[in-house]
Amino acid sequence: MPLNLFEQFQRIANAYFLFLLVLQVIPQISSLSWFTTVVPLVLVLTVTAAKDATDDIVSKRVFFLCGKWMNVQVGDIIKLENNQFVTADLMLLSSSEPLNLVYIETAELDGETNLKVRQALTVTGDLGEDVEKLADFNGEVRCEPPNNRLDRFMGTLTYAGQKYPLDNEKVLLRGCTLRNTQWCFGLVLFGGPETKLMQNCGKTTFKRTSIDRLMNVLVLCIFGFLAFMCTVLAIGNCFWELNEGSNFTAFLPRQDGNEATFSAFLAFWSYVIILNTVVPISLYVSVEIIRLGNSFYIDWDGKMYHAANDTPAEARTTTLNEELGQIQYVFSDKTGTLTQNIMTFNKCSVNGKSYGEVTDSCELHHNKLIVDFSFNSLADPRFVFHDHSLVEAVKLENPEVHAFFRLLALCHTVMAEEKREGELFYLAQSPDEGALVTAARNFGFVFRSRTPDSVSIVEMGRQRSYELLAILDFNNVRKRMSVIVRSPEGKLSLYCKGADTIIYERLHRSCSKLMDEFAGEGLRTLALAYKDLDEEYFNGWKRRHHEVSTSLDGREGKLDELYEEIEKDLLLLGATAVEDKLQDGVPQTIELLSKAHIKIWVLTGDKQETAENIGYSCNLLREEMNEVFVVSGNSPEDVRQELRSEVSPIGKCFPSHPIHFFVLIAYALERGSELAFLRLACLCKAVICCRVTPLQKAQVVELVKKHKQAVTLAIGDGANDVSMIKAAHIGVGISGQEGMQAVLSSDYSFAQFRFLQRLLLVHGRWSYLRMCKFLRYFFYKNFTFTFVHFWYAFFCGFSAQTVYDEWFITLYNLVYTALPVLGMSLFDQDVNDAWSFQHPQLYVPGQLNLYFSKKAFFKCALHSCYSSLVLFFIPYAAVHDTVRDDGKDVADYQSFALLTQTCLLFAVTIQLGFEMSYWTAVNTFFVLGSLAMYFAVTFTMYSDGMFLTLPSAFPFIGTGRNSLNQPNIWLTILLTSILCVLPVVTYRFLFIQLCPTINDKVQVRQAKATPPPPPRRTRIRRTSSRRSGYAFSHAQGYGDLVTSGRFLRRPALPRSSGFSHAGRTTTSFSPMGRSAGYSPTGRPQNAKVSDVEVTSLQMYKTIRDPAL
Amino acid sequence: ERFKAGKSGPSARRPDNSAFKQQRLPAWSPMLTANTVLPFFYFMALSCMLLGVWLLLTVQSTQELKLDYTKAGSCDECFEIHNSASCRLFQGDVFFYYGLQNFHQNLRRYMDSRDDGQMVGRTTNLKNPSTYCEPFIKDQKGLPIAPCGAVANSVFNDSFTLSYHGGSSGPAVPVPLLRQGITWYTDKNIKYRNPKDGNMTLAQVFQGTAQPRYWQKPAYELDPRDPANNGFINDDLIVWMREAAFPNFKKLYGVLYRAKKPFIKGLPAGNYSVDVSYNFPVQHFRGRKQVVLTTVTWFGGQNHFLPIAYLITSCLTLLVAVVLTVAWCKFGKNGRNMEE
Repeated sequence: MPLNLFEQFQRIANAYFLFLLVLQVIPQISSLSWFTTVVPLVLVLTVTAAKDATDDIVSKRVFFLCGKWMNVQVGDIIKLENNQFVTADLMLLSSSEPLNLVYIETAELDGETNLKVRQALTVTGDLGEDVEKLADFNGEVRCEPPNNRLDRFMGTLTYAGQKYPLDNEKVLLRGCTLRNTQWCFGLVLFGGPETKLMQNCGKTTFKRTSIDRLMNVLVLCIFGFLAFMCTVLAIGNCFWELNEGSNFTAFLPRQDGNEATFSAFLAFWSYVIILNTVVPISLYVSVEIIRLGNSFYIDWDGKMYHAANDTPAEARTTTLNEELGQIQYVFSDKTGTLTQNIMTFNKCSVNGKSYGEVTDSCELHHNKLIVDFSFNSLADPRFVFHDHSLVEAVKLENPEVHAFFRLLALCHTVMAEEKREGELFYLAQSPDEGALVTAARNFGFVFRSRTPDSVSIVEMGRQRSYELLAILDFNNVRKRMSVIVRSPEGKLSLYCKGADTIIYERLHRSCSKLMDEFAGEGLRTLALAYKDLDEEYFNGWKRRHHEVSTSLDGREGKLDELYEEIEKDLLLLGATAVEDKLQDGVPQTIELLSKAHIKIWVLTGDKQETAENIGYSCNLLREEMNEVFVVSGNSPEDVRQELRSEVSPIGKCFPSHPIHFFVLIAYALERGSELAFLRLACLCKAVICCRVTPLQKAQVVELVKKHKQAVTLAIGDGANDVSMIKAAHIGVGISGQEGMQAVLSSDYSFAQFRFLQRLLLVHGRWSYLRMCKFLRYFFYKNFTFTFVHFWYAFFCGFSAQTVYDEWFITLYNLVYTALPVLGMSLFDQDVNDAWSFQHPQLYVPGQLNLYFSKKAFFKCALHSCYSSLVLFFIPYAAVHDTVRDDGKDVADYQSFALLTQTCLLFAVTIQLGFEMSYWTAVNTFFVLGSLAMYFAVTFTMYSDGMFLTLPSAFPFIGTGRNSLNQPNIWLTILLTSILCVLPVVTYRFLFIQLCPTINDKVQVRQAKATPPPPPRRTRIRRTSSRRSGYAFSHAQGYGDLVTSGRFLRRPALPRSSGFSHAGRTTTSFSPMGRSAGYSPTGRPQNAKVSDVEVTSLQMYKTIRDPAL
Repeated sequence: ERFKAGKSGPSARRPDNSAFKQQRLPAWSPMLTANTVLPFFYFMALSCMLLGVWLLLTVQSTQELKLDYTKAGSCDECFEIHNSASCRLFQGDVFFYYGLQNFHQNLRRYMDSRDDGQMVGRTTNLKNPSTYCEPFIKDQKGLPIAPCGAVANSVFNDSFTLSYHGGSSGPAVPVPLLRQGITWYTDKNIKYRNPKDGNMTLAQVFQGTAQPRYWQKPAYELDPRDPANNGFINDDLIVWMREAAFPNFKKLYGVLYRAKKPFIKGLPAGNYSVDVSYNFPVQHFRGRKQVVLTTVTWFGGQNHFLPIAYLITSCLTLLVAVVLTVAWCKFGKNGRNMEE
């Protein structure tokens, strides 16, 4: 407790009030009783202490969460099990899988969704699961110092006198998730803050809002102004003492014969005490309370609650609310934030005929439309497709359709796992591929198992085994993959699937180029083609292939040539369209936010193609953005060159073609080219940065913060977003998923990206509006209150006499005006949430700082000046030469004090009424209650009993009774109220008539019309231009893995005919850990949720579900 | 985790769907529309006008006579001044005030220099006044001053006798003035009380105290004939102790006693003279002294400010209302200004 007090007095504001208290103890200076400062100070300190205490409890909770990880030390050996997070940087020792492989998902680190393989050294792999051997493991690792490079590791292991090199392939980084691996052991290389992930996390800085900073500047200005006023009054005092005071010494001798100058010096400090209310003690505490209240609204918001995983929104920081109303830039992660990480097989086109339509969720009657796959006992029950004609085509044995699905079942690198008869698990290295193979499975072409040289599929119930002769693997240049198989009948075929543009170039001349209809819908299209091979030719090719594979130099180039040679003159089979399922409402949210002039940049560690595609499907990129600038240089020099050359054409055509988008590859962030990058990026409509490391994400945010002076928000879900979440003014974490790092370092968290629109356009806007209204009104009421003292000084010989009763001074801010203004700042809304969404432009004033700025503050001060003139001189003129209706005194000091303070209270209360645009019952109660409170307290303070108890503290006895029954007192109050209100109403009304703001317009509309219907979730149509990319989250190398046989860890089950199994089969699709929470068919609690849209989608899920 | 007790199941953390938490409280959203603002302005203008006129008529019915007698101090004994400005009957209750100008009763140190505890009759404070009374706590001999403080010390000590000289002839008739009942009831009965100690007389209670430095007699001799007007509850003292808010002020001295002719209806027109016992020095602080005779209405004394202020406000409001009407007709009437 004393410690807390000490900390509180370190805050400049509190120290200031302590200083005032000290001043008041000096009798020569003390112009107010001690209680006028003590009571507010004690109250403020108590409230702040209470708030600090709750904050402490919160931070302790977080600390406890981190506790487990903290116990991990370098040199420990850790056992990890499937689907566990890696909590430190580990050197892989051994694993359950053959050849000491482990599979990991790195989405938390770099946003890529495909699985990656890590392999332990053979020496350590031999340790296996034997805990004793592992405990005896005695090796020495020398490696680089902790750094933030995620893609590089260098070190050596010395074990048993032998040195082994260590590279990135043998290291598991913190933030990865173990997949498809039962267990593995690892040696901790770096722990805690030394891990590469934490090195990428950036610094935690104390965040303050721009209003905070403005407020600090203003408070400093006010201090200056206070000093100025006090100086003026002190000089006035000096002159008065010289001219008048010296003649008055008979009645009031100077203390100890002080000179006029000394008296002026004392007057200066006395006026510091009296006028201290211009820097209101309760300002900071009220601001905190308002922010806390508005944070609670976020926590309580039912429309930001995600039922599927029972996650409400959470305001983890309670000090940043109003900044939510001023966001100019949103930096978003891609994977898991915009997308759900779920791939769905949506459409296909076979032989020119298109199947499957994208259903509009509004007109969904899925029970009728869902295709029944019961004919196929191996089908995945969760696969949903809406076009019956495709099944009919399969059942009618349409040869093209069969070939189509056969290709899908054969041409891939998926592994099947069948633990029990008929219970299939597909292990795909990328979710899109899994989606395709599962689609084929449901349409009767079930991929069952593979060996290094064969693929077993069940074709419409018939078990068939294809000889796998070659896999022409995927890579980023080829953008396709092929397999060469021999059918059981002995026919030799090449099946190829790949990016449509790539495939088209390789089609046989006779082939018509059909199908381009889905490309425009943001689906990932993939063209399928095949060709029958000549046995002789293939044998020759095979021989050459073998030669090339074993050659040492230039192998890859030669292989590519070979592949190129055989993948030509293909015959087109059709195309598939896979949807990378976005989170609900993402395109609408992005559209709404961009209408609110919020710029959205996507920062992702993923590949360019993937990012671009998501950009299109979530409406960030539009077809009309025809000028695409891609900066993709691989070295700093290249990038600088590119940036230079790109800026000039954009600059030239900027006025005529303001629509561009811009894709940036990470290297552009090297030192020296940042500014060029920023200049270029800001010229573009949409910006997507790919291949950025977590730290670079933070750099981008910092860059915009620093050079654009813009308020930024970063939203992300994974550990790779932590740095940008920390760097941005506001960090938002997507919660309710497995990873917690992003949420833990975020300021706000909620479960769905689409809640961002509500957070910004409703909560943010209201918070900003409320805070600004609060500050404007708060400064107004305190300035008005204080300036009256200033005017009175000219009548009381600058003697630091107060105008009001001391009790009124004490209670004015705390009791009489506190609740109404708090009520306004907690309840006010200019337009309701539905209209806020209807008119996103309402958000713009916040970005431009229109509601509260130095100018607004200055206006406030001028208004206060006017009000205080009215409030002092009208009562002065009204009473100074008059008497009561019974001839007795009414121009005495006490009556005048009562009159002025009553006038003031009425004036500021009426002013509050004009500020408030949303009168709830609570507000009305607060306003009227405070007025009633004023009279109640005043009459109590001025009562006989109080006086007789403490005569010196309550000298105003009887003033209330004797003044407030006078008609001219009430007429004076009425007149001051009218004169205070008149200019305000006139000014506002004129402004509404002449140049209404957007708020006025929407308010008028809201008053006239019923609330608009909630915006229809219409699917955003796009014009068709083709975008495609094969296997966007695919990586090279799996072909080799498959053919080498390393992948196969369990012997295939002895197989009977596919259709004879009893019971349903299930696919559990492991790779996509983070999407699990979103799959409506996933966890049990999700099953009953009806508001999740179920469209014609195949959902995958990650966690093996025991219920199924 | 914010789990609430008694809530469980899949939606355990779903926020309450209450109007308060969802910010859907029913509310009234007033707006400044032409339908409300313009009638309001015209109404205000009209009512201020009526009020102003009424007040003006009321104020006109009061009569006031001010007489500055500062210069009278230059004469040694007494001084007569002739003023024939007003020749009307002062009808009804007539109040007699003394006024001071440029006397700062509102200086902070002056105002603080009093002890309400002493004046409410606390015997401890009587003998041991509060330090606020500095520098008038004790006299040179070290005796506590009662009443202490600068306010009481500087009490106004001129006295007045108002005489009526009839229409033209006859001897001067002293105008009877009630010198009591000129204070607030609360002051006379609660705020100021004489100290009591058993059956001791006031003088005995005050034993051991000194009179204020500028006083000619001690507090217990202010009105020896009337115990209810003596000591701290002397009306003149109480009136003085109610400090004025501004340096120019007037304080009630007496009220016309209307029981006897010719003062039943008020002060008849005629010649009057005021005998001033001139004690209070004002020259050294460039002050002025005056006597004021006035009648009052329900609205108090003669105060032209409020009626005129209301009339001006009325005109201003009317002017603004017309301007606003024009602005509204030109821009806002057809609602085009509300389009985007």
